[in-house]
Amino acid sequence: MNTSLPHVKQTAVYVYQAPLRAWHWINALSITILAISGYLIGSPLPTLSGEASDHYAMGYIRFAHFAAAYVFVIAFLFRIYWAFAGNRYSHQLFTLPFWRARFWHELIHEVRWYAFKEVEPAKYIGHNPLAHLFMVVIITVGGLVMIVTGFALYSEQTGLGSWQDEMFGWVIPFVGQSQDVRMWHHWGMWVIVIFVMLHVYTAIREDIMSRQSLISTMISGWRMFKDDRP
Amino acid sequence: MPTTETYYEVMRRRGITRRSFLKFCSLTATALGLAPAFAGKIAHAMETKPRIPVVWIHGLECTCCSESFIRSAHPLVSDVILSMISLDYDDVIMAAAGHQAEAILEEVRHKHAGNYILAVEGNPPLNQDGMSCIVGGRPFVEQLLEMADSCKAVVSWGSCASWGCVQAARPNPTRATPVHEVIRDKPVIKVPGCPPIAEVMTGVLTYILTFDRLPELDRQGRPLMFYGQRIHDKCYRRPHFDAGQFVEAWDDEAARRGYCLYKMGCKGPTTYNACSTIRWNGGVSFPIQSGHGCIGCSEDGFWDKGSFYQHVTDTHAFGIEANADRTGIAVATGVGAAIAAHAAVSVYKHAQDKKGDDQA
Repeated sequence: MNTSLPHVKQTAVYVYQAPLRAWHWINALSITILAISGYLIGSPLPTLSGEASDHYAMGYIRFAHFAAAYVFVIAFLFRIYWAFAGNRYSHQLFTLPFWRARFWHELIHEVRWYAFKEVEPAKYIGHNPLAHLFMVVIITVGGLVMIVTGFALYSEQTGLGSWQDEMFGWVIPFVGQSQDVRMWHHWGMWVIVIFVMLHVYTAIREDIMSRQSLISTMISGWRMFKDDRP
Repeated sequence: MPTTETYYEVMRRRGITRRSFLKFCSLTATALGLAPAFAGKIAHAMETKPRIPVVWIHGLECTCCSESFIRSAHPLVSDVILSMISLDYDDVIMAAAGHQAEAILEEVRHKHAGNYILAVEGNPPLNQDGMSCIVGGRPFVEQLLEMADSCKAVVSWGSCASWGCVQAARPNPTRATPVHEVIRDKPVIKVPGCPPIAEVMTGVLTYILTFDRLPELDRQGRPLMFYGQRIHDKCYRRPHFDAGQFVEAWDDEAARRGYCLYKMGCKGPTTYNACSTIRWNGGVSFPIQSGHGCIGCSEDGFWDKGSFYQHVTDTHAFGIEANADRTGIAVATGVGAAIAAHAAVSVYKHAQDKKGDDQA
């Protein structure tokens, strides 16, 4: 009887540097606060009684939203900087190899893996192509849309002539009117919420079922491969 | 007929005392947000400057702008401004009619070329060669273009002229088109609202006369002094919004206590107008004060933005009535169920593969 431990050679690559990991978790926290507080701004909690001077519920909720929004924006700007300053994987979030046939080929393979049509997934040091596509569309493009529409709405209270108004006030007539900007900002929230659901699920699933580590990678920065096969 | 009388002379001729005149000047200075010293300047301007001719024409509209205008709070405003404008042209309230009235337009156009203000109430429909609105026997759009050709500036009265309003609501069968999309070579001042506040209307005209220039406009062409802030920003119920105190039903205790109407679909947070500061009917009240939310009547396309009683409004862009929250919750639930199902299959597959590995 073989009593020795099963011998599986693991290789590891350092993918996510510390600032990028910090960005990921700060971003996750700010998006969570933004989605919850944003929903409560659109559909407020049940009314409070008494005098107006007794409460400040909406005020606090809106403060949480604006504070988290600034954190999100500053983190976003930092992330753009890090795309240049970081290692070779750090600009993946802002580039999509749209014209590379291999990317689409691998993307189809990944979709087939999720559809249980492939026996095992391919190995990727950075994002797998499907994740890569979603990250660029939702986090980069979606994040930008939310920042621009969000600041446009914010400029309505900072007032005409404020820097928010100077930079983003044009968005309101561009989209239509204030109500339209609100509506699209609201839709954006749901798109991101659904992305987060899928993201969390696939991260856990792939951590278990794929041939590489995921969740621990975003904590330690090291991508561990579970086998030696290509 | 057009003369070179000053506004003050017209007022005196109409039997208005100097005392009342000065009161009007100081009130106007206040309404325009100017320092008290400007009351004297306004008085001086009205005493010395020959009045600017105003031609007021009507396209597709309901005349609520005119109705609002003639109810201007201070009696002087309606008396004075109205009498002056009626001297030139306003087919709704002028004495002349028919060919006699149309002749006035012709005369103003030549005599005051480049000098008169063209006030437009309503808008021109462009489909069927403009046949959906006939004035003086021809399409209104022709009259509009002709009069705009030699005017100094255009004032778009109300939401019809400014945005299109109800006749331009989907599907807009007559292709009712806001004035600024028809007249592109003249400055257009939009004074939206359905109708606009009387004092806002007279205020805009008074500003143009006093300073001999057009008021400062925002990105969408509305005078900053009246449309620079939202109803929400100056609403007297705003403290209830910040506190989180909302009316939840029209007959609840919160409604009686005058809490915020946000949950009842109030469009105050998305509407730029002066209702919450100037109010209506001589400062008596405005919709929110009487217990009903703002319907956003001075905003672009307000008829097409869903229910007046919903804050999270419907989205028409997909061809069906979709509401961000309803759809969002439904999709999130669907995705959640799909994830659960996918996870179940994954676990099963994984277990099977493991078994295969062990056997091998």
